[in-house]
Amino acid sequence: MTTKIIGIDLGTTNSALAAAGDDEPAHALAIPQVVGPGEVAEQATLPSFLLLPSDQEVAPLQLQLPWSGPLRYCVGTFARDRGAELPHRLVSSAKSWLCNPAIDRTAQVLPFRGAQRELEEAMQGGERVSPVNASARYLAHLRAAWDDAHEDAPADEQDVLVTVPASFDAVARELTVVAAREAGFAKITLLEEPQAAFYAYLAARGDAWRRELAPGDVVLVCDVGGGTTDFSLIEVAEDAGNLALERVAVGDHILLGGDNMDLALAAVVQRELGSTGSRLDAMQQRALVHACRRAKETLLGDGAPDKVPVAILGRGSKLIGGTIKAEVTRAQAEALLVDGFFPSVGAGAKVERRRAAGLRELGLPYAHDPAMTRHLAEFLARFGRMPTAVLFNGGVMKADRLRARVVELVRAWAGRDVRVLEGADPDLAVALGAAHYGQVRRGRGVRIRGGTARAYYIGIESAMPAIPGFAPPVKALCVAPQGLEEGQSVELPDDELGLVVGETATFRFFAAATRKADAAGALIDADADGIAELDPVEKTVEAEGERKPGELVAVRLESHVTEVGTLELWCVARDGRGRWKLEYSVRERE
Amino acid sequence: MHPWLAFICFWKILFGKKVPAELAIAAPVPAPALPPAKPAAEKPAAERPADKPIEKPKVSAGAQHREGALALLAILQREARFVDFVRDSVDGASDADIGAVAREIHRGCSKVIDQYLKLEPVMPGDEGAAVTIPKGFDPAEVRLSGEAKGDAPYRGTLRHHGWRVVDAKLPALAEGVDRTVIAPAEVEL
Repeated sequence: MTTKIIGIDLGTTNSALAAAGDDEPAHALAIPQVVGPGEVAEQATLPSFLLLPSDQEVAPLQLQLPWSGPLRYCVGTFARDRGAELPHRLVSSAKSWLCNPAIDRTAQVLPFRGAQRELEEAMQGGERVSPVNASARYLAHLRAAWDDAHEDAPADEQDVLVTVPASFDAVARELTVVAAREAGFAKITLLEEPQAAFYAYLAARGDAWRRELAPGDVVLVCDVGGGTTDFSLIEVAEDAGNLALERVAVGDHILLGGDNMDLALAAVVQRELGSTGSRLDAMQQRALVHACRRAKETLLGDGAPDKVPVAILGRGSKLIGGTIKAEVTRAQAEALLVDGFFPSVGAGAKVERRRAAGLRELGLPYAHDPAMTRHLAEFLARFGRMPTAVLFNGGVMKADRLRARVVELVRAWAGRDVRVLEGADPDLAVALGAAHYGQVRRGRGVRIRGGTARAYYIGIESAMPAIPGFAPPVKALCVAPQGLEEGQSVELPDDELGLVVGETATFRFFAAATRKADAAGALIDADADGIAELDPVEKTVEAEGERKPGELVAVRLESHVTEVGTLELWCVARDGRGRWKLEYSVRERE
Repeated sequence: MHPWLAFICFWKILFGKKVPAELAIAAPVPAPALPPAKPAAEKPAAERPADKPIEKPKVSAGAQHREGALALLAILQREARFVDFVRDSVDGASDADIGAVAREIHRGCSKVIDQYLKLEPVMPGDEGAAVTIPKGFDPAEVRLSGEAKGDAPYRGTLRHHGWRVVDAKLPALAEGVDRTVIAPAEVEL
């Protein structure tokens, strides 16, 4: 039997699973999960929530899965639903924590409690996990579900494609691979989510896409999920008479999505309820948010009614008379959701950035500006390209009104028509596209080229006389230019780098998404435009053989993009005796 | 034993599906002589009346239905507050108040049905329209009222199209969980 392909969309709020084979088109797989106490059912997606309850809060017997005994944790639907009542035990948005350099992502910091001391006490030593481990548990659930359904094709022997946001830097990608290994997958390859959405479009359209796109087309992939927004541009070119695809730009990681819209709408309804004297408790507020999500979907669709009734049932067993009634009008939804989150702005609009408060609690770096369209305008302006077509993805972009607003604006900015490509089901497209990409890697279909979305640099302290009170200026040495493809390596031209045997060498590490012109070996200012600092890279060279502690080994740098899709940096001894891989250091920085 | 079995069997019994012999041996609940009816989903609609075995299910002990029935009630309560609603008194309540609740109950119940069951009419067609009942029809599928003269085919008026479960993907139930608690008491600390 040939190896199967498993596509995994490891989402911020929902994960999905798809499969494909050599002659088997990509198809989504339902995921068995705990949906109620002691109840397991298949669902199309696995909510990316991890609940770590005490035995008094949820009995382990109620969390068992068909492939397990009683468990003391739970992922998926029940974790999300029951977790709303136990927020101190609930891990959510693990993926956003995975790419947050403000914390040590291998330390047990989730559920995140920040400065809230009462929560610390409420936990009473309850279990906590690292962002890597939380992601690993979602992936392990998918692996176990696969293994349970495919006894003759264990997941660790199949090709596994795991998607990551295009905005994930080298460190977050590496951590995703670590999580996938921890989950029991072995043959792992990473793929960017907007590219996966595009592969799903290619798979869904068959050969028809060759008639829909022509050389010179630039497709904007606009992916707005529950918690994050991700933009990419894919250019269509011609290569020896065939259409070729290249991912030419990726946006920043924006922590803004449909959940923010639901909360905003709920806040408006709650304010109106407050004025009539109705008060909601925490669970009713959650019911209200759900009701607002449904209202949003109805009111932003084609042929929407003027208003949608919203009823919040009372908490007690007496329902009649205890129900709080409200309504959401289309005008409200349009004003708040369309004009609030997708305002009509010019092509030159800039994202509003609030100055960070002096003392900022560690937490997720949520976007301050809720206007998706300003984020989009800034992204397109930064890359100086206007798309000719748009491919929507993510649950939010199912709404006709929001699609229409984005298309209307991009048309105005571009000054010409912009087409909308019809993709696959926005909830499952990324997983389906990942599975299809597995087929493409086996030579069945067109591959999107693009390579690394960023250029990477290490910090070199410039040789300058020390000035009291001033840190020596840091130069950034480009070690991996943008667009480095899987399997490619770059050797740096001669430079004067030395590793001291027995000591840990730590290099500051930088990335830039907008510096295509920097070639390997380019030396620029570390505070140059577009450069952002990542976690440092480090290596301890052990004394062995002829190498004595304290000895200085002259090395040159080499960078390599692995087949998995991660970036490796190597120090190669110039005397030819040894090479050492630099490791990403994700420990907390001061 | 594969743990899935412990989960699945209650539902098979509740919905009268056949438990294959090899499963029945390992099943945690004794699965006595169950009718050899095929799962409904496997039967194409067109050939239902003809190839249906004449043998009808024997009456089975209520205890076997219990776990599944209780679980279904728990799901309807959790998703739709079904038990709260039918246990509440509607006497004296205004239609507007009942209506506001009913809308939510309706949504929740629909969600449960959509998620776990696929329903379709037994006799597609407009209610109130004239229909012909062919020879060899299954009286379990078509309930005649009024006097049938002679042998089928009969001509009549479709009053209710009926409902059939064509697919049931029900939750698997873990063993050892007390299902009599339809909804736990909720205490906020």
